[in-house]
Amino acid sequence: MGKEKVLKRLGSPQELEALRASIVKSRDPKQACLVVCGGTGCLALGAQKVITAFRRELKERGLEDKVSLRVTGCPGFCERGPLVVVKPENILYQQVKSEDVAEIVSATVKGKIVDRLLYTDPGTGKKITYESDVPFYKKQKRLLLSDNSNIDPTEIRDYLALGGYAALSKVLFDLSPEAVIKEVKKSGLRGRGGGGFPTGVKWESCRQAPGDKRYIICNCDEGDPGAFMDRSLMEGNPHSVLEGMLIGAYAIGGHEGYIYVRNEYPLAVRNAEIAVKQAEELGLLGKNILGSGFDFDIKISRGGGAFVCGESTALMASLEGKVGEPRAKYVHTVEKGLWEQPTNLNNVETWANVPLIIENGADWYAKIGTAGSKGTKIFSLVGKINNTGLVEVPMGITLREVIYDIGGGIPEGKKFKAVQTGGPSGGCIPEDKLDLPVDFDELDRVGSMMGSGGMIVMDENSCMVDIAKYFISFLEGESCGKCVPCREGLKRMSQILARITEGKGKDGDIDLLERLSATLVDSSLCALGSTAPNPVLTTLRYFRDEYEAHIKDKRCPAGVCKELVTYLIDEKKCPGCGLCVKACPVEAITDMGKKKPVVLDQEKCIKCGACYDVCNLGAVIRK
Amino acid sequence: MVTLTIDGRKVQAEEGATILEVAEDNNIYIPALCSNEAVKPYGACRLCLVEVTRGKRERLVASCLYEVEEGLKVKTNSERIASNRKMLMELLLARCPNNKEIQDLAHKLGVDGTSFELEDNDCILCALCVRACDEVVGVSAISLVNRGVDRAMATPFYEPSDVCIGCGSCAYVCPTGAISFKDVGDTRYIKWPKNGMEFKLKKCKTCGRYWAPEKQLDYIIKKVNLAPDAFDNCPDCRD
Repeated sequence: MGKEKVLKRLGSPQELEALRASIVKSRDPKQACLVVCGGTGCLALGAQKVITAFRRELKERGLEDKVSLRVTGCPGFCERGPLVVVKPENILYQQVKSEDVAEIVSATVKGKIVDRLLYTDPGTGKKITYESDVPFYKKQKRLLLSDNSNIDPTEIRDYLALGGYAALSKVLFDLSPEAVIKEVKKSGLRGRGGGGFPTGVKWESCRQAPGDKRYIICNCDEGDPGAFMDRSLMEGNPHSVLEGMLIGAYAIGGHEGYIYVRNEYPLAVRNAEIAVKQAEELGLLGKNILGSGFDFDIKISRGGGAFVCGESTALMASLEGKVGEPRAKYVHTVEKGLWEQPTNLNNVETWANVPLIIENGADWYAKIGTAGSKGTKIFSLVGKINNTGLVEVPMGITLREVIYDIGGGIPEGKKFKAVQTGGPSGGCIPEDKLDLPVDFDELDRVGSMMGSGGMIVMDENSCMVDIAKYFISFLEGESCGKCVPCREGLKRMSQILARITEGKGKDGDIDLLERLSATLVDSSLCALGSTAPNPVLTTLRYFRDEYEAHIKDKRCPAGVCKELVTYLIDEKKCPGCGLCVKACPVEAITDMGKKKPVVLDQEKCIKCGACYDVCNLGAVIRK
Repeated sequence: MVTLTIDGRKVQAEEGATILEVAEDNNIYIPALCSNEAVKPYGACRLCLVEVTRGKRERLVASCLYEVEEGLKVKTNSERIASNRKMLMELLLARCPNNKEIQDLAHKLGVDGTSFELEDNDCILCALCVRACDEVVGVSAISLVNRGVDRAMATPFYEPSDVCIGCGSCAYVCPTGAISFKDVGDTRYIKWPKNGMEFKLKKCKTCGRYWAPEKQLDYIIKKVNLAPDAFDNCPDCRD
């Protein structure tokens, strides 16, 4: 837990400013600081060993006063982790191991650079020294994520040093709740959780709704496969979320807040708990905040991992201790939400945007983005992409820029096929839409959605029917089962897609999928069901020929669906090198001696494709 | 009172009433399987979908949940509604192909077959039993367990429930006959889709017939604070 001594409660905005000034004064901006990413991605790649090695090295060499060490949240470039950035110059070292630590420390003390740990630009082949010159970061606009590297999330002083809680101080003493709402409305901020509803309008409705109490909720129940935007914000900069919630609470007139965070995010849970405790100690949460007379408390509630609990009404049911099932929203949650009281729920990223808007003004914010979608959006860029990671881009950037300029394109020189945005119930967008500007409305228009910001890239080796099957089976498993179309409909969709990929598709299956989709969209109780057909509808819209090939020709064009694929040896090309013999896990290929083609036993073949992948001569044919 | 239009007919309704209630009061038929006046609306079967227009916005809503509003225009049958209801019925028919109630309703809605592989259930998971047990009886002996396609109606861990009083309300509200009970001699047998329980019946001191589960009578005595011997006689033999 918090490593610092107990913090002194702040009684006024002047005391907050004085504390900030004293923290800044106590720190030498020129002092070398080794910033190690302690986000989930880098931890998975071994960052903990690197952190321990740095601690030991600095201690053993008596450098603790000269070189500081900061363990931070995720800066985004997970592909190249563990990441180390040397401040103040912002020298980026990538794929750092504990063995590299001594060399980094020596170089840092001498003002030198460890060349071999720098990132090499795959385009030019040149080494890049500074973080900001790396193509992955260059086209990003990191309003929210950039502070992740400047903050130890367990240390409120780091957040305060950067001007943290100044926006809260400003609203408490200089702005009326109505003025705050007006500012947020003017900024054009829309909900980052998926719906894209205008945040200021939601706040206003909640403020005006009759009720005894108003609740403020932060939704950190991010459950999309491959998504980690909210996780990284909560892990890396929890105070920005708390400050956003505080500002919202003041504007709406709420005094109780909840952070609903999934228990599978242990670091996010821990950092949120530490942040709340530290903010309470400083009097930034609790009674009479900064002497303003405004009270606000935040409780942390851990979710059990059901995907559907990210849906607002299911989340509220879960908070109440009930089974996490959605209810119809004909009466909006801003009127009757948690315990039947007016409740304002926003997602982590939405809350984190709020202090920025207050600090810099709505006009500044509204200049970023497109006509209908303002600000930046964080995406988790995953799948068949060179630079897997977390990217923050201005709304309106094209998919092509995100995938090629930031993401570095498709690995192994393969061809791009589709990108799936918006989580499991988003849609698959094909190559001819790569120049689509990314914003709420444009993504909707092509049949996909912004969702909370997942972006899964697929290459030529992805079968789009198989992809649709994967997402539908995910959603089938996560449907709460309350309403007939979602529970029964997804089960049937899943069965139909399974039989198509097994070569048992029937005439009329495409029509049946379309009719089922229409009913799910029209009649499901909540958005899980009504958006669930998107992967099917978009793959049917853009890759219908693949469905037809599976059903009519019993052929999987991408060579993914095992039942529809046969591997053959081209006897003219095969020199009998035996690579495939070694690669085959079931001994289905027999070596017939030097310079004689190998023989593949179709009876034994499990169609794993290992021989195909290993053969450099194109002697293994996939049909 | 508010005035709204249902299928072109102007009707008056109490504020707070749902479209389904108002339609029923006015003899306008809307199919529904998971609604019952004894319990709160739930919105699971989706058969009661209707089209509502408010201003320029037209959308499908579950009429069992949607409260009437002044000037609301409601269509209870349109091509869009009919095609959704038919697909929902096809899904239910595939789930319960041998269930008479489902067959009859499907037929009524113009569905005589299903495009999907057949299962063999009677329960449609409408939760009327669960809601009656909770909201009317007040014991919550049964619930819907598991999630999504694995969802089922059962007692906790499929074991005999400590709190079930054997009243049979679950069977009474079940729209498909998926729950049944019968009294044989001194025992009541309740059969749910996944498990069942037996209850000892109380013998009338006067006529000697077994007339109600002992647990149920004890529950009522406790709940409304009656004399311990209040149910010694069956209703026929009471003063």
